[in-house]
Amino acid sequence: MPTATKMRFGVVIFPGSNCDTDAWHALHDQMGAPVEYIWHQETDLSGFDCIILPGGFSYGDYLRTGAIARFSPVMNAVTDFASRGGLVIGICNGFQILLEAGLLPGAMMRNVGQTFVCKYVNIRVETTDTPYTRAMQKGAVLRIPIAHGEGNYYADAETLAELKRNDQIVFRYCAPDGSITPEANPNGSLENIAGICSRERNVMGMMPHPERCSDPLLGSADGRLVWESLLER
Amino acid sequence: MAKARVVITLKKTIMDAQGQTVEKALHNLGYEGVQNLRMGKYIEMEVNGALPALSGAEGKDRLAAQLGEMCRKLLANPIIEDFRVEIED
Repeated sequence: MPTATKMRFGVVIFPGSNCDTDAWHALHDQMGAPVEYIWHQETDLSGFDCIILPGGFSYGDYLRTGAIARFSPVMNAVTDFASRGGLVIGICNGFQILLEAGLLPGAMMRNVGQTFVCKYVNIRVETTDTPYTRAMQKGAVLRIPIAHGEGNYYADAETLAELKRNDQIVFRYCAPDGSITPEANPNGSLENIAGICSRERNVMGMMPHPERCSDPLLGSADGRLVWESLLER
Repeated sequence: MAKARVVITLKKTIMDAQGQTVEKALHNLGYEGVQNLRMGKYIEMEVNGALPALSGAEGKDRLAAQLGEMCRKLLANPIIEDFRVEIED
């Protein structure tokens, strides 16, 4: 399914990343987009339009998830890239790294149930005003897998109010009918938050894995909507 | 050379799910008086070189300031965690 786009994707590999190949597969094999791997010691991101920080356990999750990865040489380049308006998407561990790096507000804590949760969940699209969700319908429900032990999103009251004011909450965990319930919250996240974007909207973090559901053979292809949104322009 | 210890815990305003789970387990063992159990991290380190004079009150203050910096930059996440620094005499 090749597309006519020229958008170039880069997938960063940290020591301990383990969803890099899935992201590459989704973009290259499923979407027909140009994609390259970027080693964590790389400092030059020129030529890329969208950087993906993939899931995994960078630096063994030592200290806190994402705490060490944020000081990788590549993260200075990612910060510069983002400040110039470059598109950066952090998935799972990538989201945790973006929080630690201060590229997104808030922090991630241990799941409330204390267990690693690996299952399909439903998320509701809260805004289509991002480069990652513009091909979606507001209020639509996506079926998408999660796999994390530390996905309990936290922000203080002031930060939460700001997220709402600026329409930065991108996805919320929901029931299959789209209602936001405590039962649908797999990890204790504040207000069922599953994904947020930066105020400038070019940086997004999400705990669910769109790259793991971009191929109908894998049980759901709802994740394709993220890539289709990016490739639409 | 100085020896330092850093203790990091979740802020009091944040629910410590891990701490609550451990507290319940202690209750189940019969230690029903246990309350407000908070889990955290303990880091110990030796520091030398970087600071000119670590001896005396001034040196200690400077080291404490540097350890505070380390906590804010890396060792703790100030959004969710508090930290405490101790320097061995």
